[in-house]
Amino acid sequence: MSRTGFINARLIDPASGLDEPGNLLVEDGKIADLGPTLFNDSIPDGVEIVDCRGHILSPGLIDMRVFTGEPGAEHRETLRTASLAAAAGGVTTLIVMPNTHPAIDDVALVDFIERRSRDTGVVNIHPMAALTKGIAGKEMTEIGLLKEAGAVAFTDGDRAVADAQIMRRILSYAANFDALVVQHAEVAELARGVMNESELSGRLGLSGIPAIAETIMIERDLRLLETTGGRYHVSQISCAASVEIIARARRHGLKVTCGVSSAHLSLNENDVQSYRTFFKLSPPLRSEDDRRALVAGLADGTIDVIVSSHDPQDAEVKRHPFAQAAFGAIGLETLLASSLALVHNGDLPLERLLSAMTHVPADLLGLKTGRLAAGLPADLVIFNPGVPWVVNADELHSISKNTPFEDRRLQGRVMRTVVGGQTVYQQD
Amino acid sequence: MTNTNAQTAPIFPHKHLLGIEGLSATDITTLLDLADGYVLQNRQADKKSSALRGRTQINLFFEASTRTQSSFELAGKRLGADVMNMSVSSSSIKKGETLVDTAMTLNAMHPDLIIIRHGDSGAVELLSQKVSCSVINAGDGSHEHPTQALLDALTIRRRKGKLEGLTVAICGDILHSRVARSNILLLNIMGARVRVIAPPTLLPKGIERFGVEVFHDMRKGLEGCDIVMMLRLQLERMSGSYVPSQREYFHYYGLDYDKLSCARPDALVMHPGPMNRGVEIDSAVADDINRSVIREQVEMGVAVRMAVLDSLARNLPNEAAL
Repeated sequence: MSRTGFINARLIDPASGLDEPGNLLVEDGKIADLGPTLFNDSIPDGVEIVDCRGHILSPGLIDMRVFTGEPGAEHRETLRTASLAAAAGGVTTLIVMPNTHPAIDDVALVDFIERRSRDTGVVNIHPMAALTKGIAGKEMTEIGLLKEAGAVAFTDGDRAVADAQIMRRILSYAANFDALVVQHAEVAELARGVMNESELSGRLGLSGIPAIAETIMIERDLRLLETTGGRYHVSQISCAASVEIIARARRHGLKVTCGVSSAHLSLNENDVQSYRTFFKLSPPLRSEDDRRALVAGLADGTIDVIVSSHDPQDAEVKRHPFAQAAFGAIGLETLLASSLALVHNGDLPLERLLSAMTHVPADLLGLKTGRLAAGLPADLVIFNPGVPWVVNADELHSISKNTPFEDRRLQGRVMRTVVGGQTVYQQD
Repeated sequence: MTNTNAQTAPIFPHKHLLGIEGLSATDITTLLDLADGYVLQNRQADKKSSALRGRTQINLFFEASTRTQSSFELAGKRLGADVMNMSVSSSSIKKGETLVDTAMTLNAMHPDLIIIRHGDSGAVELLSQKVSCSVINAGDGSHEHPTQALLDALTIRRRKGKLEGLTVAICGDILHSRVARSNILLLNIMGARVRVIAPPTLLPKGIERFGVEVFHDMRKGLEGCDIVMMLRLQLERMSGSYVPSQREYFHYYGLDYDKLSCARPDALVMHPGPMNRGVEIDSAVADDINRSVIREQVEMGVAVRMAVLDSLARNLPNEAAL
């Protein structure tokens, strides 16, 4: 029996509200015990000791929105390199999007992801399966069988299900399996632009994507949800109006949840200013007012989860004029550190920030992790929230280096990441 | 040191001309004053001078252009530069070599000045970061076309004696127009009052914060104007996507004598070309030598581009870089 004792930790378990100095014992990959009085008498023989030096020990992070290139575009990112980036970012469970070649729309492909992840990855990886076959938006996938095979939720990833009738049937059918339906909320016809539609897009001469491209789709889906029942999740919202819509729907009792990306919490459209394509995201970075509304929505619980929306794109598709460049930015490795800025700024408490990346996504996806509790897998992160560092793109673990945080100063660094009791990352 | 010579002393504190944004009123006045001199030079029998002797100028046009490209070519040649024209159809670029690779290849040939036109906003700025020479923006997408705004300003200043205090109406497809953006910026810097006149579908979001007055009714918008600046409307935008038809567009936004009568009696008519006669401008108005300065704009274009080339070349290193 392998036993590891994590001592001198500041234990934070956002699910139970625990935040106090203490120790934690891991036995055979599972949390065996924890608390301020554990090891008070003595440390038992045969326990390997990890000294946390007063840093925070919390459940490892769960990132609900990660794109990789496997299968089909391994030059951008493989499941292994994504998992290495995740480990360095304190993420112990990542959920990959089905937008691969081929798309994850079949039981065999869910098996492939699970198997490849187990064989090559260093953190837990689960797939969301496609909502429609080939992500073509026309025919629904085998939601029941895919769920049994291990798909934790269903989404067309970076594509919206545009056809209202298809979406209505998907919501209705998925409700029967209690499957989570995840929408990339965007009306394609309104979203042909390349950045937020605003005074700035007008000045830069770039075509805009208005906020209504997002809100119209969310409003439509909520109308459908009223009639179908089931669980509906917006993968990431980007504007103040969406926060209001979600809050209102929830007051009316709809089972709607939503996420926000760490980039949208700390950046805004002004970062696009000099046509930097690493800031070209979908949905687009919006105004500072929108960013503040997203932060407020996260603080008051309207927004449930924070995602990295990690989307590796190589230089060949990013080194173009803004309008021609691909959408997307990587974010696994900067997820925690960039989000911690909100805590340092006093925008929200640390516990709320960690909730949005631990037990809340775990519950949404039905995962038995995200908490510090005896019997659960020892998926842990030890981090020092105060240590400053500068993001050096060359040092990131992702194959693609398209980080919008390049050369930025962030505060808060992962010291050690533990998955199933095994250390998978350690800061030198 | 040759820099003590007034003819070659630096006068313009920028390495590139990427847009009007970032220029000061002094920068603009300096360029216009210099251009005034070149207007005279261009009207003489001997039009050559030597400010750019030994320099290599590359005209890199990713979008078809006759007027702007030939204007830059002539400007460079009259200043004694070796001028090379490169027209690259955007389709071949997309298929093979990337934009950045093209720029790096050209940069290896040691040009001193590259003039770039590209269909995407921001493309010229992107390229300016990848090359070591001076870059002039000859139009990038819907963003800026600084030499057009400068030649418009020179035309107005020579006719009206000033820019400050004039009321200028810019009419047409503001949404897609780099000419409009550069002109709005320049005219604001120089103290003119700017109006834009267009249907709502051809105006960018937030236009009211660009420092302009917005009009949808052309007659009202033209009242009291000193300058009427017409913009080209691309024909494919007139078949129902932005406006219903050519006929309806001309009815409400085409410049004819009837609408022009709302402006001041001495108002001048301008157009950056090429014109769609009968679509945005009536032929008779365009050709009226008392009102239209459209051909004069072309003449001023060469002089302004000579002034820009000259002032940027003065900042170039004279010693070979090792």
